[in-house]
Amino acid sequence: MSATLLSVEDLTVRFGGLTALSGVTFCVAKGAVHGLIGPNGAGKTTAFNLISGMTAQTSGSVTLEGAKLDGLPTWKRTARGMARTFQNIRMFREMTALENVMAGAHLRTPESFGSILFRLGSFRAAERSAVANAMDILDFVGLSEQAERRGGDLAYGDQRRLEIARALASDPKLLMLDEPAAGMNPSEKIGLIDLIARLRARGLTLLLVEHDMHFVMKLCDRITVLNFGAKIAEGAPAEVRANPTVIEAYLGAKVARSLETRA
Amino acid sequence: MMPHWLDNFLFTYQSLVYSLGVNALLALAMYVVLAVGQLALGQAAFMGVGAYASALLTVKLGAPFPIALLASMAAPALLAFVIGAPTLRLSGVYLAIATIGLGEVLRILYLNWDFAGGALGLNGIPEKAGFVWIFGTLIVALVAFVFVSRSRIGRAMEAIRADEAAAGVMGVNLPAYKLAALVASAAIAGLAGAFNAHVSSFIGPNDYGFDQAVTILSFALLGGVGSPFGPVLGALVLTALPEVLRPLHDYRLVIDGLIIVCVVIFLPTGILPWRIGRIGARK
Ligand SMILES: Nc1ncnc2c1ncn2[C@@H]1O[C@H](COP(=O)(O)OP(=O)(O)OP(=O)(O)O)[C@@H](O)[C@H]1O
Ligand SMILES: [Mg+2]
Repeated sequence: MSATLLSVEDLTVRFGGLTALSGVTFCVAKGAVHGLIGPNGAGKTTAFNLISGMTAQTSGSVTLEGAKLDGLPTWKRTARGMARTFQNIRMFREMTALENVMAGAHLRTPESFGSILFRLGSFRAAERSAVANAMDILDFVGLSEQAERRGGDLAYGDQRRLEIARALASDPKLLMLDEPAAGMNPSEKIGLIDLIARLRARGLTLLLVEHDMHFVMKLCDRITVLNFGAKIAEGAPAEVRANPTVIEAYLGAKVARSLETRA
Repeated sequence: MMPHWLDNFLFTYQSLVYSLGVNALLALAMYVVLAVGQLALGQAAFMGVGAYASALLTVKLGAPFPIALLASMAAPALLAFVIGAPTLRLSGVYLAIATIGLGEVLRILYLNWDFAGGALGLNGIPEKAGFVWIFGTLIVALVAFVFVSRSRIGRAMEAIRADEAAAGVMGVNLPAYKLAALVASAAIAGLAGAFNAHVSSFIGPNDYGFDQAVTILSFALLGGVGSPFGPVLGALVLTALPEVLRPLHDYRLVIDGLIIVCVVIFLPTGILPWRIGRIGARK
C-alpha cells in the first residue's frame, strides 16, 4: 500500500436542515486515480467544495500530506498543492486562454510589486518564463492553437480542457476534476482519457467525479461511492461494479452488466 | 518652458483644465476598486480627507507642499486600511452603501470641527498645485496602472472581477488584493483632493458627499473598466461636457444624465470597451 496524499475523515456538512455530506471518510493514495461517484445530489461536488475550502464543513477534517487543512482559505490550500476544476465551467471568460493559464500560475510567478512597477529585468524574465510555461501546458492539453482566443469563446469541450490546463498551472500534487467529460462528444472523451493517462504518468494524483461509468471504470484505481451524502461502498472498479448496494442505488442492473462485458 | 499658445489656452480655461486632470485621477481611484469587482464608493470621502489633510498642513502649519501631498495620500490610505477589514466582507450594493455612509460621517465631522473651519470650510489655500503637478502625476499614475495591469497582479485582479471564488482557488489571496485596491484607491483620491484644494483656494465640508461620489462612479460607467484608459476618458468627457453644452443652460444636467443613462443601457462596457492585455513581456 502506497502513501496517502489526501485523507478525508468523517466529513460532514449541513445546509440548514439538509445534510449534504454525513461522516464521509476516504483516503487517496499518492499517484492514484481515485473516483468519486454516485447519483445526482449524492454530495460529490459538495465534497470537492469542502476539500478545496470553498465551503466550510460542519465537522470532520481534511488532511493533505499529513497536514490538516481545516479552516484554511482556498488560496492557502492551493499553495499546499491542490487544484481543481468545476462542474459548471468557471472560466475567466474575457481573458485569453493563455492568460487564463497564467492566472492559474499565480503562485508560481515570482514578480514583486517593485519589479512590476519599474519593469525590472527580473519582472520581464519572470513574465517570459510564465508565458513559456503556460504555452507548454496548453500544448500538453492540446490547446496551443487556441492560446490567443478568449476563454469564453472556446468550444465547450475546449473550455473543459482549458480548466484542466489552468489547474495544472499551479503545479499541484492533487488534481480534482469535477465531471471533466460532461458535454464532451465521444472523440473528445477519448482525448480526455489519454490526457488523464498522461497526467498520471507524470506522477500526479487525481480525484475524479464522473457519471460516465465506462470512463470511470477504465481510469480509476479505486472508487468511492456516495449516496445521499453517505459513503455506501469503496474498492477497486471490479468490486464496486459487482456490489449489489451500488447497483441498486446508482448503476442499475443494465449498466452493471454492460460494464462486465466491456471489462 | 511652455509654448505660448498653451500658456494662453491654460490662462483662459485654467479651472477647466485643472478639473480635467483632477477628475481623471479620481477616475483612476474608482477604476482600481472596480478592477477587483468591488463597488466601493468611498473615493469622494477619501478625496475630502486628502484635501483637508493637505490644506490644514499648508494653511495652518505652513508645511511644504510635497509634505502636504504625502499626507494627503497617507491619511486616506490609513483610513481605508482601518475600515477595509470590516467593509470588504460586504459585497455589491451593501459595500456601496457602507462606503457612501463614510462620506456622510466625515461631512458631519468637518462641519463640527472648528479648527478646520467648521461650516465655512478652509479659505486662502495657497495655489501650489498647477498644470505640471496635476498632469505629471496623472501620466505617472497611468503608466503605473498599465504596468501593473500587464503582470501577475493584473491577471489576478481580472480573475477576481470575473469570478472571485475561482480566483481564490487559483491561489489569489482575496482579502489582501481587495484591501490593497481600496488603500491604493484612497491614496490616489486623496492626492486628487490635495491638488484640487491647492488650485481652488477654498474647500468646504459639503464638497465630498453623495453627489461627488456618484459623479466619480459615472466616470467609470461612461468610460468602461476594460482598461485604466476607460474611466479617464469618461472623466474627460463628463468634465468637458458641461462646458461644451453651456449654451443649453438649464438643460445641461438633464443632457448629462441622459448621456449616462444611454451609455449604461446601450453600451454596458462603456464608450471605450477595449480590454487591456494581461501579459507584460513575451519572447
Ligand atoms: N450551498 C448549498 N446550499 C444548500 N444546499 C446545497 C448547497 N450545495 C449543495 N447543496 C445540496 O447538497 C446536495 C448535494 O449536492 P452536490 O452538488 O454535492 O451533488 P453532486 O453529487 O455533485 O450531484 P451531481 O451529480 O448532480 O453534480 C444537493 O441536494 C444540493 O442541492
Ligand atoms: Mg456535482
